[in-house]
Amino acid sequence: MNVAICAYGAGNVRSVQLAFQRLGAEAEVAEEPGAVLDADLAVLPGVGSAGSAMAGLRDRGLDVALRERAAARRPILGICLGLQLALDESEEDGGIAGLGLVPGRAVRLRGGRVPRIGWAELDRGGETYWFAHSYAAETPSTTATSEGLAAIVERDAFLGVQFHQEKSGAAGARFLERCLSRG
Amino acid sequence: MPFPRLIPCLDVADGRVVKGVRFRGLRDVGDPVELGAAYLQAGADELVFLDIAATVDSRGSAVDIAAQVAERVSIPFTVGGGIRTVADASAVLEAGADKVSVNSAALARPQLIEELAATLGSQAVVVAIDTEGGRVRSHSATRDARRDTIAWARECEARGAGELLVTSIDRDGTQEGYDLDVLARLRDAVSLPVIASGGAGTAAHVAAALELSEAALLASILHERPARLTTLRAELRELGVSLRDAA
Repeated sequence: MNVAICAYGAGNVRSVQLAFQRLGAEAEVAEEPGAVLDADLAVLPGVGSAGSAMAGLRDRGLDVALRERAAARRPILGICLGLQLALDESEEDGGIAGLGLVPGRAVRLRGGRVPRIGWAELDRGGETYWFAHSYAAETPSTTATSEGLAAIVERDAFLGVQFHQEKSGAAGARFLERCLSRG
Repeated sequence: MPFPRLIPCLDVADGRVVKGVRFRGLRDVGDPVELGAAYLQAGADELVFLDIAATVDSRGSAVDIAAQVAERVSIPFTVGGGIRTVADASAVLEAGADKVSVNSAALARPQLIEELAATLGSQAVVVAIDTEGGRVRSHSATRDARRDTIAWARECEARGAGELLVTSIDRDGTQEGYDLDVLARLRDAVSLPVIASGGAGTAAHVAAALELSEAALLASILHERPARLTTLRAELRELGVSLRDAA
């Protein structure tokens, strides 16, 4: 199985690649729409701000490639900002349009210390993963929460996670392994 | 709230982990990657690598440290030391680090914090504040930065910092306990996560700091022995501190 990790100037591509490689997967960094379309699994990582990240996707034509993949129901994994970009819109940077792969919007966290940084459990007895975010998804496609916030979002072949499984030690590796087996 | 975090801190100089008290009398205590991997196994929640030689002699090896650590360590880590520009910071994150820590460079040019936050996101921007007697110190605490600690913390938040790493210089390496007074004042002054640093000698010290902050930086208390982290976690649980299950 080959994995294409979208590289569009938004951060943690190397960490994601290393995490897949530790599991023995072939994970290539992809800046070309063709590579993103052809891979068995496309990964949309991302840290940073939504506005510049969306611009980075558009500049490379990766927004079109990801929409095509989603329309064809081919697997996409969105991580952190990658999940938020898949939504219709985000409150961040004065309001921006997302990829529209998943209905809903990213909203600023209210209450508690922001950014929300650290290890937190999924609600209802899930595993513990590492989070680092100031915005969270509000979407009917949420399938797991952490402290009430969307942690896992699933819609057709799109799987989005708010936490960084590539930085979540053994629990994160188990999660990535499951992504590979369903991809 | 996420679990309170225990963050071993490794001071690095010339590619080796070093240890000194109050930034002086450095000695070699190991390899950063090996020690980092051992702390991961012992239950560290995150790691911090500070290239303590970089600011003093203006040499930057933060990218090398980040690249080497990322190969082996699958938990989040921060790299600091010698980061002065967005390009420096981006290179460190692209190499696999999750956050950068800036200190003297932010004091010299506070606009740097805004630039880093705009490009990397606030969650990747740690501002390290060395404090003594309510005042900020710079350049590995060798100089008076002529700023009030609380006022500077507020300014860092307003400029887009994601976390504050606050080291009480007069406690650093002494194992006499964290400066709880400054932590309490910071808790009221800002709404960012705060990482407490300087002075941990016992589990009770760490527990007291975690009442007032989101994370505790651990240096002298561990003596570069990962096994001590394992026992410390058990002692903290005995004291009622809720830590993640690191298995």
